[in-house]
Amino acid sequence: MSLTAADVKKIAHLARLNMSEKDVEMYTGQLSKILQFVEQMNAADTSGMKPIAHSLDVSQRMRQDEVTETNQRDAFQKIAPQVEAGLYLVPQVIEGE
Amino acid sequence: MTHKTIAELAQDLRAKKISSVELTQQFLARIKQHDKELNSFITVTEDHALADAKAADVRIAKGDVSALTGIPLAQKDIFCTQGIKTSCGSKMLDTFISPYDATVIKHFKAAGSVLLGKTNMDEFAMGSSNETSFYGPVKNPWDLQTVPGGSSGGSAAAVAAYLAPGATGTDTGGSIRQPASLCGISGIKPTYGRVSRYGMIAYASSLDQGGPMAKTAEDLAIMLNVMAGFDPNDSTSIDQPVPDYTANLNAPIKGLRIGLPKEYFKAGLDKEVGHAIEAAIKEYEKLGATVHEISLPNSELSIPAYYVIAPAECSSNLARYDGVRFGHRCKDAADLEDLYKRSRSEGFGSEVTRRIMIGTYALSAGYYDAYYLKAQKVRGLIRQDFAHAFEKVDVIMGPTSPSTAFKIGERMDDPISMYLSDIYTIAVNLAGLPGMSIPAGFAQNLPVGLQLVGNVFDEARLLNVAHSYQKATDWHTRTPKGF
Amino acid sequence: MEWETVIGLEIHAQLLTKSKIFSGASTAFGAEPNTQACAIDLGFPGVLPVLNRDAVRMAIKFGLGVGAEIANESVFARKNYFYPDLPKGYQISQYELPIVGKGLIDVQLEDGTTKRIHITRAHLEEDAGKSLHEDFHGLSGIDLNRAGTPLLEIVSEPDMRSAKEAIAYLKAIHSLVRYLEICDGNMQEGSFRCDANVSVRRMGDSKLGTRCELKNINSFRFVERAINFEVERQIALIESGGKVAQETRLYDPNKNETRPMRSKEEANDYRYFPDPDLLPVIVTQAMIAEVQNDLPELPHQKRQRFITQYALTPYDADLLVTSRALAMYFETVIQESKVQPKLAANWIMGELSAALNKANLDIIDSPVSTEQLAQLLQRIEDDTISGKIAKTVFEALWNGEGSVDEIIEKQGLKQVTDTSAIANLIDQIIQENPGQVADYRAGKDKLFGFFVGQAMKASGGKINPQQLNQLLKEKLAG
Repeated sequence: MSLTAADVKKIAHLARLNMSEKDVEMYTGQLSKILQFVEQMNAADTSGMKPIAHSLDVSQRMRQDEVTETNQRDAFQKIAPQVEAGLYLVPQVIEGE
Repeated sequence: MTHKTIAELAQDLRAKKISSVELTQQFLARIKQHDKELNSFITVTEDHALADAKAADVRIAKGDVSALTGIPLAQKDIFCTQGIKTSCGSKMLDTFISPYDATVIKHFKAAGSVLLGKTNMDEFAMGSSNETSFYGPVKNPWDLQTVPGGSSGGSAAAVAAYLAPGATGTDTGGSIRQPASLCGISGIKPTYGRVSRYGMIAYASSLDQGGPMAKTAEDLAIMLNVMAGFDPNDSTSIDQPVPDYTANLNAPIKGLRIGLPKEYFKAGLDKEVGHAIEAAIKEYEKLGATVHEISLPNSELSIPAYYVIAPAECSSNLARYDGVRFGHRCKDAADLEDLYKRSRSEGFGSEVTRRIMIGTYALSAGYYDAYYLKAQKVRGLIRQDFAHAFEKVDVIMGPTSPSTAFKIGERMDDPISMYLSDIYTIAVNLAGLPGMSIPAGFAQNLPVGLQLVGNVFDEARLLNVAHSYQKATDWHTRTPKGF
Repeated sequence: MEWETVIGLEIHAQLLTKSKIFSGASTAFGAEPNTQACAIDLGFPGVLPVLNRDAVRMAIKFGLGVGAEIANESVFARKNYFYPDLPKGYQISQYELPIVGKGLIDVQLEDGTTKRIHITRAHLEEDAGKSLHEDFHGLSGIDLNRAGTPLLEIVSEPDMRSAKEAIAYLKAIHSLVRYLEICDGNMQEGSFRCDANVSVRRMGDSKLGTRCELKNINSFRFVERAINFEVERQIALIESGGKVAQETRLYDPNKNETRPMRSKEEANDYRYFPDPDLLPVIVTQAMIAEVQNDLPELPHQKRQRFITQYALTPYDADLLVTSRALAMYFETVIQESKVQPKLAANWIMGELSAALNKANLDIIDSPVSTEQLAQLLQRIEDDTISGKIAKTVFEALWNGEGSVDEIIEKQGLKQVTDTSAIANLIDQIIQENPGQVADYRAGKDKLFGFFVGQAMKASGGKINPQQLNQLLKEKLAG
């Protein structure tokens, strides 16, 4: 699979990464190579194979519904880049629900 | 003192031959002396270390000792340590002081070990040479021009240079075993789910496992006793009792059936490395083991499968790094999109960027089936291969790495050649099995590692098999020149 | 040109668990910003989710309530996108394998008919935080208290054909989740949210038109308005030669219009994949049976029982089962008083409901207890007081002036039932109104009401109406 510069720009946007034109060129080449490399998998016969998400054969544990956490806002917000009035600040969010 | 094993030091501490404070000071001095050269530590926690040591000495005086009480250890900078910088080798977390302790760290604290510092690592655990760290590359003590391996390169180098008798690492595609191999030390990646991932910064969630790195199998057993165990905070943690991994170290291994995958001894394996491994296998035969050729037919598919699954999971795991609640934030963001894009691009290095891009692509609309789903099916094939093999043999062995330590900078321009360093180790993560690397000789004057792979939850046997080899050989006692 | 409207609804119901779906932080409403957002909710490096059992139980309850299949194995998937109220950069949701499969609910329409609405699926997911639109020197503030609260997303088939049908369905689900005690249904506080997918097509067309998703509708009334506006907009657009663009639109209640959401220019690629930090959720038959035993009688079951057991009309039954508490009040009154169910129903839906509405009280806070109403109704049935006088007694009860009998005694409200006393009163009235008597006897039947009125006035309304009527007829006949 060969990627185009447009593909790379789209992926970069989905992943919220900046790309200079030089970066785009570099990544287009590298990613195309990597994708070609991983396409070796196509040779494998996986018909009838169930995809495994985990190496484990167990099911999800469920915990009791109880409040176990206390308010640690001060400790948590001490390491925040920008907070005010207990809120995390970000550039204006245009639309919300 | 610093050149002793954890087991020996524990005895000395108990016998009051030395205090934890004195011992800690010796390691801190060695770090000061050597680490400028090696760059194996990101943060040296001198004050913490001495406070830990003092507290340990009080416990030891009271007789409240366990195997790790008072033992100085280094922690890979991927484990969250409360109140202490936890960078994950990245500029993104250069300013991150963790507000909580990882479960593994809690276990070590309860055991009374001493925190020497946080070790250097490939950024976000992505790499096989410790060259992608924001804090600069780590040097291999055996040859400062070469890499220590990665991503747990800092831990491996520190242990190899006796800057710490033991350290923790994490292994997603070989990141404990491969650096252990390149640095001539021992390391074990436990069965997936054996060690809690809570507080262990995630790279690829279905593959990551934390584990110990030290000079000997016995030391690994001591550390694993503390690290392993069910954690209700980790849904992927397995609720199985932890045996005493030191209990059966000396059990005889006569009759042990060793499997050698024929796919591992093909082209691509350095000849000298191959010879060293063959010699190691002969040693095992002397100890009474039998050797059988086995086949892991889908071995070669493990790298492509890994390089879809791991980047896919990482692309999602790293989405939380957005400059809003912690970590690096760009200055004067013009709008939300600018905040995200600049914070992330400034914070992440190129390997991380590369893997996020691959992962994003593999999961994106139209490509999910061809890449991600296919890789998960291939994973099933690989798991099957191992299951079949373990019907016939008890332990699988082979080289940990196809080569010895390569030169710094040698593989940085060609990501794929870097990825191929993991050819023997990756399949083990995909199958979720336990894997070890122990020193097995030298090639080109650089350490060679022997990989041992076991069936699920067979860590005790692996450690026993490794320990038996280490009783009969002395590769694990060798010291790099100048250290 | 005949147009058909096609509507499907997506409801997000916040589940009434004490703690979050994947962490142990509290879900209580109204706390100071970010005081109920723990490390897991904040998405700190290294944190991991663990599933809340009660969120699963509540989802199963819902599934049973709509007769749906409960998936033996369901999977949590990550929905990946960037937004400040989404700390991890992904929402843990369910995609290919939801916990609840196909179900259905029968809803009562205004004309008395029943329509069956199909439910495609319902799945569990975590809620996001909130962005406050207050201006912090050009910046927005993010509160993550809500992040991680469990949501049940209920997706209907596009079975509804009008805003009214949509409202009926919405109300039915609203009632159901409150009956099941899995959601408090508070639309203003955001614990019960609705998005509507609306499209139009020419009547008879089998192909669906392009649909728009309407968001930001937080009351039943707005649902109706938003849908109606949108339908007209789409029809007008198509009729003028245009094409409906598939987009998400926000409803503006002030202007009563929908407009496209500016921030979503291109469709998001959510890159769903199974969350590797969570394992498949296995729901056993035993767990389902345990939840089944815990199920209360469902609204539609209760409604049916009220019709058969109490001979109520469907209309009355509908009203009484709107809330579990109201239905319980009704049944308690019946059990305590043993009066005619119809009488009890009338009083509860009439006087009592009116008084509660006026005072803005819920039935559980009613100042008139079930015992008191039961007594009141008994006194009506045993002719102690007339229905009309009972209203006076009710008012006194509401104001806490004592028991039913005490009030009747104190205010002297007992109905006169003594035949001779009534006869005497009638004789007096006949004597005092000879003109009207003559006219009545001459054929002016309508004057009967005049005499009834006179008798009531003279007695302060306390004559038993049936006896009065009978005796008056006799005496006026001559």
